[in-house]
Amino acid sequence: MNLQEAKFEYLLRLGDSSLIIGHRLSEWCGHGPILEEDLAIINIALDFVGNTTELLKYAGQVEGKGRDEDELAYMRDEREFRNLLITEQPNGDYAYTIARQFLFDTYMFFLYEGLKSSKDETIAAIAAKSHKEITYHLRHTTEWMYRLGDGTEESHERMQNAVNDLWMFTAEMFDMDAVDTLLVKEGIAPDLNKIKVDWETRVKEVFADATLQMPTTTFKQKGSREGKHSEHLGFLLAEMQYVHRAHPGAKW
Amino acid sequence: MTINYSIEEIFKILSEIPDPEIPVINIIELGILRDVKLEDDLCTITITPTYSGCPAMKVIEDDIKIKLKEIGIEKVKVELVYSPAWTTDWINDEAKEKLRAYGIAPPDHSSVDKNVLLGKARDLKCPLCGSKNTEMISQFGSTACKALYRCKECREPFDYFKCL
Repeated sequence: MNLQEAKFEYLLRLGDSSLIIGHRLSEWCGHGPILEEDLAIINIALDFVGNTTELLKYAGQVEGKGRDEDELAYMRDEREFRNLLITEQPNGDYAYTIARQFLFDTYMFFLYEGLKSSKDETIAAIAAKSHKEITYHLRHTTEWMYRLGDGTEESHERMQNAVNDLWMFTAEMFDMDAVDTLLVKEGIAPDLNKIKVDWETRVKEVFADATLQMPTTTFKQKGSREGKHSEHLGFLLAEMQYVHRAHPGAKW
Repeated sequence: MTINYSIEEIFKILSEIPDPEIPVINIIELGILRDVKLEDDLCTITITPTYSGCPAMKVIEDDIKIKLKEIGIEKVKVELVYSPAWTTDWINDEAKEKLRAYGIAPPDHSSVDKNVLLGKARDLKCPLCGSKNTEMISQFGSTACKALYRCKECREPFDYFKCL
């Protein structure tokens, strides 16, 4: 694998994770628990989709085969997607959505902080832009972790169940394969082992303040780096890609 | 064929384009228009988004093309740049006053908002009655760049152009 291939693969991982979590959040549109929260979660979804456009556009340029961001987003199948498994998990109740978002936002916060000093100028620029937005997202999801975790008996129980259920998907966020190793060596990507330490520290602090127990699950579900997904991704893609595939090249 | 306008003149013409969502300020005051380049008959305009997913960018791009076509410039390339990342610090005092008069509390001077992660809300002045007795309703308002506040004196809700 050469540097160009590694970069393409890495950009797909970043772009696909943003795309899929953005799409999941957009499913809340018009269904939020309260109006303000409906607006907030859709604002966040929009940031992720915007971030995806930047990342997949650049991925297409790096690949050099003439694929643009739309073709990458809409014309690939399940096994070609590289998004983290946690991003494709269904929304569940609001505790589940917030838990998923908090675990992922915290990861994004530290990852993009590292990417800001990437030696690849385009990645550094995208990261600098997105990091400012992620900071707002993380603040929002953190507040909801406190509100639900340290809320009523029922909200606490639902939040604890959500983090317990999702915990098995967090390990793969920090996996380092040949792509990561090469890009870390080239100064393009940050070392995920370091990010893991920051992530764990922050998650522990928030869990403690939200009166949540750290999950004790030891099982780890992995596979996204090889395109092995949970059954949920196929349904998501079917809905997300339908219009583009039914009306190729349509403009509005 | 070359373009019979100077870069300064083009900036002036483009200053007539309002932000699609906040029509009281134009795209230069907002800091979205970054650069104008002229080369033979080609006019290259560089813009930067406020937020990554800002849906107004496409509208702004179209507005620029329409505006330039009106003065006879047909070949227009609009480029999107992300670096340096847009910041509310690029909105000058005059434009901030326009925002306030429009009912949107303008962003504070420093864009480095350390309080964001700590969850502290800012002490904001109500753009309608000037009272500082205000509270945040939601960090995310009607557009990505705004937060929703409420004045506890005059009871009016208002938008705050949040720092980025």
